[in-house]
Amino acid sequence: MALVDVSHLVKRFVRGGGLLRRGTTVNAVDDVSFAIDEGETFGLVGESGSGKTTTGRCLLRLIEPTAGSVTFRGEDVLALSRARMRLARRDMQIVFQDPYSSLNPRMRARQIVEEPLVIHGLGAKEARLERVAELFRLVGLDTAHLERYPHEFSGGQRQRIGLARALALNPSFLVLDEPVSALDVSVQAQVVNLLLDLQQQLKLTYLFIAHDLRLVEHISNRVAVMYLGKIVETGPTAALFASPQHPYTRALLSAIPVADPDAHKRRIVLDPASVNRAAPLREIAAGHWAAI
Amino acid sequence: MLWVGASIVTVAALAALVGPLVTPFDPANQQLALRLDGPSWTHLFGLDELGRDILARVLAGARISFLVGITVVSVSAVAGTLLGAVAGYFGGVLDDVISRAVDVLLAFPGLLLAIALVAVLGPSLGNVLFALTIIGWVGYARLVRGQVLRAREFEYVQAARALGAGALRVLWRHVIPTAVPTVVVQAALGMAGAIISEAALSFLGLGVQPPTPSWGTMLNGGRAHLLDAPHLTLFPGLAIALLVLGFNFVGDGLRDLADPKRG
Repeated sequence: MALVDVSHLVKRFVRGGGLLRRGTTVNAVDDVSFAIDEGETFGLVGESGSGKTTTGRCLLRLIEPTAGSVTFRGEDVLALSRARMRLARRDMQIVFQDPYSSLNPRMRARQIVEEPLVIHGLGAKEARLERVAELFRLVGLDTAHLERYPHEFSGGQRQRIGLARALALNPSFLVLDEPVSALDVSVQAQVVNLLLDLQQQLKLTYLFIAHDLRLVEHISNRVAVMYLGKIVETGPTAALFASPQHPYTRALLSAIPVADPDAHKRRIVLDPASVNRAAPLREIAAGHWAAI
Repeated sequence: MLWVGASIVTVAALAALVGPLVTPFDPANQQLALRLDGPSWTHLFGLDELGRDILARVLAGARISFLVGITVVSVSAVAGTLLGAVAGYFGGVLDDVISRAVDVLLAFPGLLLAIALVAVLGPSLGNVLFALTIIGWVGYARLVRGQVLRAREFEYVQAARALGAGALRVLWRHVIPTAVPTVVVQAALGMAGAIISEAALSFLGLGVQPPTPSWGTMLNGGRAHLLDAPHLTLFPGLAIALLVLGFNFVGDGLRDLADPKRG
């Protein structure tokens, strides 16, 4: 059984709208279904505004979905009571994109990492501090910097603090919402390697949201491509990258920069008219589905 | 500017605190023979229409001004911040109720509403405090609500929610602190507003009642003698102007500090 099972997830935002005027409806997430197996990394890619971040946040109920269901270990997350949800949150955490805005600038690094333990009333003061130091070492931070404020750290270090906070409650599932896209390329590799190490060490399952396709190819077991709120193609990473079926996937893959300046570039520009948005996903090869 | 303002306010606060203890004259003691006497070495600010020492009365009045300013600002800042934060964070019906109350109160000119309230409740210091707080909290609520609407979407606020933090904890630890700088600026400006409003109400006879000295009542008392004894109005008038200026400087200075683009 899949660890996380998302089916027919819909999130509709209503914008504007007033006394006399109906607001415009935006289907940020439009009938999205996928499942993530225990221990795997599931990549969710797409351009800005494709709904991938909204999908990730709906899974954790940071945004309440309009319709659909999310099950975690067979339990319907969207139906959980407030108390049960609090408990469930220990097992599913999120790492955010922006290492600057994801840490409260008024709190010390130690307080930030300690907060989850305080919220869930885990351990006495000394035990919590011990755990915070342990988490600091786990993500490769210097415990001498525990009492520093976020602005005293570099972007990569800040992202490690965010990761330590997410790991404090020993979750088994992490939503990684573009965890490295705000970092320098040299730092990206370090953080990605840390993520891979931690996955091995702690048996973590990742939902990896990104727009950097090379990164997704490197880190994911399976990938889903989102376009305008829908999953247009999904499958094992190798198969999807080797033979993309949907026009949007092809355009996206052709936009990956090639390191060789002499390489012949063939960039495909997507013609929105060529996309049949109503087409259902159908299985092209084993586990490889595309909406064509 | 901040330092100029802070100096004025500090000197005024010290004067209010220590002044009445060291002046040789009782602010209520009348020397009718010397009524309307101008400034002299014994009576630096002169004597009023009942022969009372104006310096002693200005110092005693400063206590009233500070009392009103501090009480009104602290109560309305705390109430306004909490209500604004609740409205902004929870939205929905709570927000509708609080925001409409704010709109209604903002639709009235503040001082006029205070006059009406005091007129209904009866003139007294307590009712002035009440009326000024009723019109005072609105500004804070509106400001804080706006800040909270923005802060609610911050990733670290989302992170706290993802960790299972309750609404109270999220508000207290993560959301309200982002509004504190704005509230502090507003509070400094609010001190000036409260002091001037108290003076206005007392001037109209709706505030502090004689014989308690308040700068507003002193202005009113000196009104009849503007031409023959201008020192009756000059000194309380100067006191109001200086203290209000001081608080406004502090407010503006703090705002510049809080705004990196201007600071």
